[in-house]
Amino acid sequence: MTDILMPALSPTMEEGILAKWLVKVGDSVRSGDLIAEIETDKATMEVEAVDEGVVEALLVAEGTEGVKVNTPIARLSGENSPVVTAPAPSPVPASVPVVIAPASPVKKAIIPEGSQRILASPLARRLAAERGLDLTALTGSGPHGRIIRVDVEAAAMAPGPAKVASPSPVPAPAPAASLAQLGYTEDSYTLVPLDGMRRTVARRLTESARDIPHFPLTIDVEIDALLAARSRINSLLEPRGVKVSVNDLVIKAAALALKQVPEANASFTPEGIALHRHADISMAVAVDGGLITPIIRKAEQKGLAEIALEAKDLAERARNRKLKPEEFQGGTFSISNLGMFGIRQFGSIINPPQGAILSVGAGEARAVVRDGQVIIRTLMTVTLTCDHRVIDGAIGARWLAAFRALIEEPVTMIV
Amino acid sequence: MDFDLVVVGAGPGGYVAAIRAAQLGLKTAIVERDKLGGVCLNWGCIPTKALLKSAETFETLGHLEDYGLRAEKVSFDLGAVVARSRKVAGQLNAGVAFLMKKNKVTVIEGEARLEPGTPAPVVRVALKAGGEQVLKAANVILATGARARILPDVGLAPDGERVWSYREAMVPDRVPTSLLVVGSGAIGIEFASFYRALGSEVTVIEALPRILPVEDEEVSAAAQKAFEARGITFRTGASVRRLARSGKGIELTVEAGGAPETLKAGVAIVAVGIVGNVEGLGLEALGVKVERTHVVTDSHGATGIPGLWAIGDLAGPPWLAHKASHEGVHCVEHIAGQKPSGLTAPIPGCTYASPQIASVGLTEAQAKAQGLAVKVGRFPLRANGKAIAAGHTEGFIKTVFDAATGALVGAHMIGADVTEMIQGYALAMTLEATEADLFATVFPHPTISEGMHEAALDAFGRAIHT
Repeated sequence: MTDILMPALSPTMEEGILAKWLVKVGDSVRSGDLIAEIETDKATMEVEAVDEGVVEALLVAEGTEGVKVNTPIARLSGENSPVVTAPAPSPVPASVPVVIAPASPVKKAIIPEGSQRILASPLARRLAAERGLDLTALTGSGPHGRIIRVDVEAAAMAPGPAKVASPSPVPAPAPAASLAQLGYTEDSYTLVPLDGMRRTVARRLTESARDIPHFPLTIDVEIDALLAARSRINSLLEPRGVKVSVNDLVIKAAALALKQVPEANASFTPEGIALHRHADISMAVAVDGGLITPIIRKAEQKGLAEIALEAKDLAERARNRKLKPEEFQGGTFSISNLGMFGIRQFGSIINPPQGAILSVGAGEARAVVRDGQVIIRTLMTVTLTCDHRVIDGAIGARWLAAFRALIEEPVTMIV
Repeated sequence: MDFDLVVVGAGPGGYVAAIRAAQLGLKTAIVERDKLGGVCLNWGCIPTKALLKSAETFETLGHLEDYGLRAEKVSFDLGAVVARSRKVAGQLNAGVAFLMKKNKVTVIEGEARLEPGTPAPVVRVALKAGGEQVLKAANVILATGARARILPDVGLAPDGERVWSYREAMVPDRVPTSLLVVGSGAIGIEFASFYRALGSEVTVIEALPRILPVEDEEVSAAAQKAFEARGITFRTGASVRRLARSGKGIELTVEAGGAPETLKAGVAIVAVGIVGNVEGLGLEALGVKVERTHVVTDSHGATGIPGLWAIGDLAGPPWLAHKASHEGVHCVEHIAGQKPSGLTAPIPGCTYASPQIASVGLTEAQAKAQGLAVKVGRFPLRANGKAIAAGHTEGFIKTVFDAATGALVGAHMIGADVTEMIQGYALAMTLEATEADLFATVFPHPTISEGMHEAALDAFGRAIHT
C-alpha cells in the first residue's frame, strides 16, 4: 500500500486544485496512465503514474481547492504497488513514482480564473500591491498559512521583488531531510528558526542559482591612480564633510561602464530581454539576519559626492531596517564588495531579475610584470557573474574592459 | 514519567492551559494551593463584576425619572449584594472543577515546589490533605499568578480593618462613610465606582499625572470628568507619604507638586499594582531568571530551563486574565509541537466602572512615539440614536490608524457597555483590517456599535452623523 502525493507543478507552487480524477477506486493503474488533472492559476497539468497498482482510495475529492503539495491524494494497493512514493525526482529517473506532463494541449481551467483564493490579510494584500509583490510567491506565517503583514514586509526586505512563478513545470526540489535523519543528535546543535527574511533570501538565491545559467569573468584592475584620485577628491570635498570611498568610485565606474556597454544592463524576462535605460546600482549591505540591496538610482548621472552621501545614508538605514520598499526593489545591476574582509576574489549569485553582479575583492599590493620589469602595483580583482541568457561572454568581457579603463584612468569618469 | 504536563496554578492561565493540553492528548495534572479558578474567578474579575452590577442597577434606580419611571424607598442590602457576588464565584469555581473532570485533568491540591530534574524540573507538592506527592513530567508550566502590591513603608499594608486590599474590599461588612482609594488603575477605579454608587465619599489618589494612566489621554480626561460628575474626587500627581491611624479612621498624607495634604477617611483601599508569585517555588535553585517579581520568558513562555515554562501574570504584564489564557494555550500548543500563531494579537483592556472604559492597541501618543503618522477618528455617543434612546449618551469612541498603511493600530472607548464592543476592534486588528474593511463592514442599526463605524469613518473625514 502506498500514497500518491500532491505534486508540485512549479518550484513556487505550494497548493493547487485537484480538478479531476481520471481514475476511480478499483481501477488498475499502469505506468504512464494519466491519473488526475491538477490546476494552479497558471496551468492545468495531468499527472501520470509510473508504477502499477490498484487504486484503493481517492483521498481528495474532485474540485478540492488549496490542496497542499505533498499531501496524500490517493492510495494504491496490491502486490504490484510501488515501494516508494515521493513527489521529488530521485537521481534515477526510473524510480520516480509520479511524473508530471503538461496536458497536451493545456486545458482551459475548469474553475474560472481568479477563483483560487489566496489566504492573506487585508493589510497584507494592500502592502503587497503597493510594493509590487506577488502574493502567490509568498509563504504565509499566519493561521492556515495566511499571509500576514510580517510576511510581506520580510519579502519586501529581501533583495529584489518576489518573483512570479515560472509557468514551465519544473520538478520540485527534494524536501530536506530532518536533522535527525541527517545524523545530528538533538543536543549537538542550536536551532535558529527561519524568519521571513532568511526564508526569502534562501528561496530567491536557491532559485537564482538553480534557474539562471551563471558564468563568472574575472580580471585584475590596477587602482593606484584611483587611490590617488580618491585622496585628491577627498581633500577637495573635506570642507563639505563628504568622504568618497573606493566603493563609491566602483559604483560610479560600473554605472558609466553600463552606459558604454548597454547590453550588460539587461534583464531576462519571458516577454523578452529588457535593456535598462539607466544604471540603477544595487549595493549589497549585510544586515542582522540577512542582506539587503539598496539602490543608487541613475548612478551614471550622479556626481561622486552625491553617490557617496547616498550610499552612506542607504547603508545606514538598511542596517536600521528603515529603508522604504522603493529604495531596495528594482535595480538593474548589483555590486557586492567583500574587500574590507580581505577577500581576494569571489563570485556572487545573481540578484534576479538583474543580468549581472560584480564581486569586488580587496585592493592589495602585488608584483606585476610590466615591460619586462617586476614592479609593485595595487591590484583589485573583480568578478562579473553574468546571466548567460542575456549576457554572452563577449559582452561581459567588453563591459569589464570598459570598467577597467575607467578605474585605471579615473579622470575618464568625468569625461 | 507520571505526566506529560504539570501545570502549577489553576487560575485562568493554568486551568485553560491544562484543558488545551488535555485536548491535545497530553496526560495532564494541575496543582492548586487555594481554589480552582484563581484570583480571577474567586477574588477578582468575576465577583467584582457581580458587585458592580448591583451598584450599576442601584445607580439606575437613582435616576429612574429619566425613563418616566418612579420607585420609592430605594435601598440596598449590602450583605445580600456580597452574598450574591460570592455565590457567583462559587458557581464558577465548581464549573472549573467540572471542566477538569470532563477533560480528565488530575487536580492536586497543595503547594508546589520545584527541584532540578530531567527532562523537566520535578514538582514536589505539599498536599493540603497532608503528606507529599512527587510529580515527574515532561514539561512543567508555572502559572502561579500574582497578588496585590502593598506599600508597608508608608503604612499601606492591608489590616482588614481600615486598610483593605481588593480581597477585603470585595467582602465588606459596611459601606465606609469616607474612602480613600490609592491607585487609579482598573481595580482602583472599579472599587471607587462601586463604593461611590453605594454612597461613600470617595477620593482617588494617583501618583501619575492622570487617572487610568494606561488609557489614551482623552479617555483619561473624559473618565475623570465623568467620575467627578458622580461625586468622586481625585488627587493626581500625588505621592503617598504616610498613613496614620486616628481614633476612628485614617489620615493619609499625600504630596502633590510639593504641597503636602492630609486626607481623612474611614478606610483606604490599596490598588497600586501587583507583584508576581515567584516565592517558595524553588526558582533560585533552578536558576530561573526573575526580574521585578516576574519570570523572564521568551515569546512561547520558555524560561530557559529545559521543560520549564511560565505564563500569565507571573510572566509579566499586562496583568489580565485573558492574556494569561491566551499565553497558556499558545505555550501548550508550542509544547505539543504545533505551530501556534497569534501571540502578536493585540490584548484588549477593560475597566467596568460607570461609565465603562475599553481599549485595544496603541494610544494616539504611543502610535506617534513609534514614529507613525496617524489618522485619528472620534465619535461622541450623544450622536448615536441607540445611545440616546437608552439614556447612555456619555462617552465617545476613538480610533487610531496608521496613515501610511490604513491599518487600525488602536481603539479607545468610554461609555455604557463599551467593554462588550471592544472585541470588534480587537478582531479587526488581529485580522489586520484596514480602514477599507471597517468602512465595508455593516454595523447593525440601531446599536451603539454604529459609533465604531463612525469613529473609523471620521478618521478619514467621512463620518456621517457628526
